[in-house]
Amino acid sequence: MSGPPLLEVRALTKRFGGVTAVDGCSFAVRRSTITGLIGPNGSGKTTVFNLVTGHLPADSGQLVFDGRPVTRPDPGRLYRRGLSRTFQQPRVFGELTVLENMSAAAGHDWRALAGRRLSARDAARGDALLAEFGLSGHRDTPAAELSYGQRKLLEFAALLMSEPALVLLDEPTAGVSPAMVATIERHVRARNTSGTTFLLVEHDMGLVMRLCDPVIVLDGGTVIAEGPPDDVRSRPRVLDAYLGG
Amino acid sequence: MRRRLGRYRRYGPGLAGLAGLAALVVFPLAVSAPWLVTVGLFTLMYAALASAWNLVGGYAGYPSLGHAAFFGMGAYAEAIWWTHRTAGSGYGPFWTLPPIGLAVAAVAVPVAWIAMRTRTDVFAIVTITFLFVVQTLAFNLRGLTGGAQGVAMPVAPFTPATFERPFYYAMLALLLLALAMSYGVLHSRLGLALTAVRGDEDKARSVGVPVGAAKLTAFALSVVVTAMAGGVWAYYLSFIYPQFAIDPLLSIGMVLMVFLGGRGTLWGPVLGAFVVAPAQQYLAYRFGASQLYLLAYAALFVVVMLVMPRGALPTLRDRIRRAEARA
Repeated sequence: MSGPPLLEVRALTKRFGGVTAVDGCSFAVRRSTITGLIGPNGSGKTTVFNLVTGHLPADSGQLVFDGRPVTRPDPGRLYRRGLSRTFQQPRVFGELTVLENMSAAAGHDWRALAGRRLSARDAARGDALLAEFGLSGHRDTPAAELSYGQRKLLEFAALLMSEPALVLLDEPTAGVSPAMVATIERHVRARNTSGTTFLLVEHDMGLVMRLCDPVIVLDGGTVIAEGPPDDVRSRPRVLDAYLGG
Repeated sequence: MRRRLGRYRRYGPGLAGLAGLAALVVFPLAVSAPWLVTVGLFTLMYAALASAWNLVGGYAGYPSLGHAAFFGMGAYAEAIWWTHRTAGSGYGPFWTLPPIGLAVAAVAVPVAWIAMRTRTDVFAIVTITFLFVVQTLAFNLRGLTGGAQGVAMPVAPFTPATFERPFYYAMLALLLLALAMSYGVLHSRLGLALTAVRGDEDKARSVGVPVGAAKLTAFALSVVVTAMAGGVWAYYLSFIYPQFAIDPLLSIGMVLMVFLGGRGTLWGPVLGAFVVAPAQQYLAYRFGASQLYLLAYAALFVVVMLVMPRGALPTLRDRIRRAEARA
């Protein structure tokens, strides 16, 4: 892989009271990869996500996204620049229909507020993505009526309305059926093939080993290993972190 | 049967709206008792206020208890502007309402910018605090407001028999404006953004919804109508005092009507106002200016919360949908 990385995290630190959740964490996400971020519970993965996407302010450290430094990360601005995320518990707008959920995530700024509730362009793009994700049948139902797994799919599909360069998936397969795991895996692969970069936090090691390259291992808020999945898996420090040493 | 129902769905609401509007236009001409026209006037005022409140409290999910402050600001702006002027034909004071509505909205935007950093119950407390700050200012800035002695503006030179009519039509115009705003918001991207904010504001922010701009726009639109209603009210009474111009009970009334009719719906606030406001006015006539109606307010709130927490229209709509699904 050539060229500068899509996302660079340098010496990121976050303390909650006396606890240092993220401690001088540095890593890079190269373009067109599916990078895995793993580590035992409490190792700081979700906090890293929250810092990178501006959901939490960092105490110190730098972020560079798409070649430009991000000085004051703001979730909305980053989203419009092409950095988007999902949440561990899928978050959709229950009162809006599935198609309206797609439109809400299209990344329009304030100038579009006076426009129509659902523009023809948004509807067309939303319909295409819903077809891709097998949700067309639910197009006009309120999102509150979807199953848990369908909400995960909808949250993922809606992000793609903004044509993101980088998608952060926070435990995309937690709590869904094996069939849904396969579906999500298929969509991640397909989107990656067409150029989207992924960074994902995941506990399903089978999925990480199949899908991710490279894999970054966090423990105690710092990176303890980084590399191809097979290589990382056999390192003593990683085994220690997982099994307790 | 189903086709007839479909056709009703399509044209029914529009036709019903037109018939309702015609009835409201004819009402003061057909009714001879001025007190009935007064009841109509206050009902329309509350319907406009409730519809305006619904933009913030219903669509965006921000329960403002401070709207009476903007009503009072509109009332004082109108009264102070005209206090040393003559009303001429009597219609002049109506023309100062739009600039007053816009000016009060301009004052409201920074207030909302600060208050809307909080949500739900905290937002309600912040806004009601603002209301009391404004009321205290009205009591104490005597040079401007006349303090507790109130401020007078010229009495409109309309014939006593039909004195209420121009005010009635002004309130009707404000109701139509509030409904047009609500309709426009519901059918625009702003409405989509506000529903997203009401559902999950942080998620909305994280998918690039311009949350701040949406909330402030809704607030400003809402205040334009609220302040203009205050202006009409001041002109109608021609003498205003701080405790009535900036009255927490006015805020409570708006909230109750919206909750009764249905939050976040187009017609819910109007329905709520048309039930509560005439009852309140009638009781005030029957039993004098006692505050007994407050007991009824409280009782109604409890009943609404127990029986239909989402309001009459959404509850009714659900019942119909379920009945159709069973059929």
